[in-house]
Amino acid sequence: MDITEYIKLVFTDYTLRTITLGTAILGAVTGMLGSFAVLRKQSLLGDAISHAALPGIAIAFLITGAKDSNVLLLGALISGLIGTFWIRGIISKTHLKSDTALGLILSLFFGFGMLLLTFIQKQPNANQAGLDKYLFGQAATLVESDVWMMAIVTGICLFVLLLFWKEFKILLFDADYTKTLGFNTKLIDILITSFIVLAIVLGLQTVGVVLMSAMLLAPAAAARQWTNSLSVMVFLSAIFGAFSGVFGTAVSASQNNLSTGPVIVIVAGVFVLVSFIFSPSRGLLFKQIRFIKNRRDLKLHKTLAFMYNIAETHENISHPHAIKILNNFQGYTKATLQKLVQKNYVKLDGTMWSLTEEGFKIASNLYNQQNDNNE
Amino acid sequence: MSKQIAVKVDDLTVAYNYKPVLWDIDLEIPEGVLMAIVGPNGAGKSTLIKSILGILKPIAGSVSIYDKPYEKQRQLVAYVPQKGSVDWDFPTTALDVVMMGTYGSLGWIKRPGQKQKKAALEALEKVGMLPFKGRQISQLSGGQQQRIFLARALVQNASIYFMDEPFQGVDATTEIAIINILKELRKAGKTVIVVHHDLQTVPEYFDWVTFLNVKKIATGPVKDIFNDDNLTKTYGINYKVSIQE
Repeated sequence: MDITEYIKLVFTDYTLRTITLGTAILGAVTGMLGSFAVLRKQSLLGDAISHAALPGIAIAFLITGAKDSNVLLLGALISGLIGTFWIRGIISKTHLKSDTALGLILSLFFGFGMLLLTFIQKQPNANQAGLDKYLFGQAATLVESDVWMMAIVTGICLFVLLLFWKEFKILLFDADYTKTLGFNTKLIDILITSFIVLAIVLGLQTVGVVLMSAMLLAPAAAARQWTNSLSVMVFLSAIFGAFSGVFGTAVSASQNNLSTGPVIVIVAGVFVLVSFIFSPSRGLLFKQIRFIKNRRDLKLHKTLAFMYNIAETHENISHPHAIKILNNFQGYTKATLQKLVQKNYVKLDGTMWSLTEEGFKIASNLYNQQNDNNE
Repeated sequence: MSKQIAVKVDDLTVAYNYKPVLWDIDLEIPEGVLMAIVGPNGAGKSTLIKSILGILKPIAGSVSIYDKPYEKQRQLVAYVPQKGSVDWDFPTTALDVVMMGTYGSLGWIKRPGQKQKKAALEALEKVGMLPFKGRQISQLSGGQQQRIFLARALVQNASIYFMDEPFQGVDATTEIAIINILKELRKAGKTVIVVHHDLQTVPEYFDWVTFLNVKKIATGPVKDIFNDDNLTKTYGINYKVSIQE
């Protein structure tokens, strides 16, 4: 299947359109909220919440006996919220650190959820088949009403985000200070956390309990590499998340037997990898290039400064020196000198090297210039 | 002295679990002083400031600002937290951080506009950081970050300033720049309370001092109470400092 054919199919085929749209919206909203989770250093919270949602799904099924996705997600929402508040309670009431509290709640709730799932599978109710799909998600089960639900939640989330942008931002940066300004930090905190829980619950059907946290973290981690502005980061993160959804769906639809959720997560992972390597300011590649360039510049400066020092002891600034003299003292390479010749700072006369007028001027200003650069 | 009392602390007691960190603190800070809070590590200096500002919840005691409860007088109070209390890799600029000082007066939802931006730029100018307004905050040196925090508090245009170790990890130039701003604030009639570590500079920088070690040891004018006796009581060892007149 070629690309144009696939794009045509996205617009005409009901299932493909629903899944593409659903995963794109999901990616956008989790990416958006994920920025906040990452900046609050609550990356693991998403993982704990999604795992904590599992028993809610099972209990909702046990009570209603039906597999209506909205009811199940409501159960997930409730148990996710309970898990979140228990985590906060453990952190504030005991000496335990947040990673311990997160790990504890994550595994306890997940274990309980698995227990319930196996119990449900032993039941004679024929309806129970497929409940375990919530573990890794199954995008194919998405229907139009699910997408509508996602779109509405995303819309509300966006609205609240824009409304309380200033409050969210200052709380993320400096919570104590925010309190002294008279803001109810608890309220802002609950607002952010509730939306994170909501976004995670929305994605359980598509991506599943186990992988959901990657949808939250990967787009945000990638976006952080490209910008130093919070608004741009949130925007980029939403875009990365949406594209992970679209590309992931495309890859899994074009191959047989590729589960959509994991593919989406892998695509998001590729975004992270590319960002870590190629981002201009924070990426590994450009960091290394800058490092090498700095070292080279330093070598040139060192040579130039040394020639300047010995030139000052002579009447004529362009007094020539054999490379041996330059070499013996500090071990300069010919390559460095040749580069200086290229820049017209140094002149080569037979086997003798000498400073030019320009080189002398540059050298005498070298340290002043460097100070300027540092400031 | 017939000066008005700017900050009054009554019976303030703070405990983490069972261990008291502050024990029954009574404190009156007159208006217009530049006061140092000194004491050894773990004496509760930062805790005192945080409890006064309502960041920490005391188990007993009350705080009033100009004879009214602190909660009603927040707009009169500005806070400079310890530099290390935030993540400086946060994606924002120096100007943006200083603008945060205007958020309190704006209240909920309302966004900062031109007026707030102008105030922030003026504050940046005052601390000598105007050329760095667009700089990502992780690209600033420790001293510059401290100045940004100071500017953020200046924007609040408060009457009382609480500062948690503003001289920590800054170079001599920044220290002088900061102390000059603090002295200017005092000249303008503001009250400035500073958690301070360097005992040598207390007589030079401050005119009022509080000795703290879980309990309040002493409080008053530097020239009257900054002596070996109080230092020994606070730090537990015989402290010799020369008091510069």
